[in-house]
Amino acid sequence: MSLITGQEAILLTIGGVAAATYALRFGGLLLSERLPKSGGFNEFMAALPGTILLSLVIPGIFSAGPGGWLAALATAGVAHKTGNLFISMGLGMAIVAIQRNFLA
Amino acid sequence: MNHSNFWDYFRKGALANLPVAASVAAYGSVLGVLAAQKQISWPVLLMMNLSIFAGSAQFVMVDMWVAPLPIIEIILAATAINLRYLLIGASLNPVFQGSNLVQKSVVMHFVADENWAVTMAAHRRGAASPGFLLGGGICLGMVWCCGTLAGHQLGAVINDPRMFAMDFAFLAVFTALAVSLWRGKSDLLPWLTAAAVSIGADQLLPGKWYIAIGGVSGALVPALRSWYRREGP
Repeated sequence: MSLITGQEAILLTIGGVAAATYALRFGGLLLSERLPKSGGFNEFMAALPGTILLSLVIPGIFSAGPGGWLAALATAGVAHKTGNLFISMGLGMAIVAIQRNFLA
Repeated sequence: MNHSNFWDYFRKGALANLPVAASVAAYGSVLGVLAAQKQISWPVLLMMNLSIFAGSAQFVMVDMWVAPLPIIEIILAATAINLRYLLIGASLNPVFQGSNLVQKSVVMHFVADENWAVTMAAHRRGAASPGFLLGGGICLGMVWCCGTLAGHQLGAVINDPRMFAMDFAFLAVFTALAVSLWRGKSDLLPWLTAAAVSIGADQLLPGKWYIAIGGVSGALVPALRSWYRREGP
């Protein structure tokens, strides 16, 4: 438990993420003339945001059970139809909450 | 660009981002609740908001926040999530035509997905500028701080967050965000690959390596397709 309250560990973690994030933001702008506009590298970088977010959620949904699967499907469906982040998120949470409170 | 013109654009950018700001505040409050459940103090949360200012990466950080803090793993996972900023930064090049390095270096810190999208839409109408981008960023930053800190207060009084499906909020937010990144049928094979590999990596490897491994595997599919087309038979 000593490390989580350790100021150094917290500062190092936040500082590291902040530095990397800023480097990507500013670096992208500075390198914009030099980054390839087509070809494999470009295809890779363009596909990455979607595949990263998907990899972030799929294992969690996979292990969440049928209630979680239904909630994730509903969230994805409403997000696709409405494009509204908050409504889609609220619906997914509501389905899981109902399942846990009344059906579990 | 003269001085008053910059602040005129700043005001327009802030106003143009108000509709998305409501959504940002709402999911910010969810992040605040989750942070409170992980015993992250509000000054630490505020420091994250101001220094990182990237919602998706902050959700991942809070999710991975356990003792002892896995510093390298968190930095790598958050960086993998934020790799898209390299492309976002590159795409803003035409908006910054004629501005100096100092202005670029300051304004770029305040670029988030939402004000970037609003700015690119305005750019197509010829109505975008660094001031517009910064105005949106400051507007979202203020709302982000208010939302997360309000959620943090709320999180301290919720006894059983599982009953409100708070732990599912993270998955729901990112499922919705992922859907918004779907580019059509050509994404099917990359996404199936990412899904299968991430589940496999989650079963076989400790920690959160499945995020980067699944994401890179999926993104390699269109890259290999492109290389094969060029070099292929």
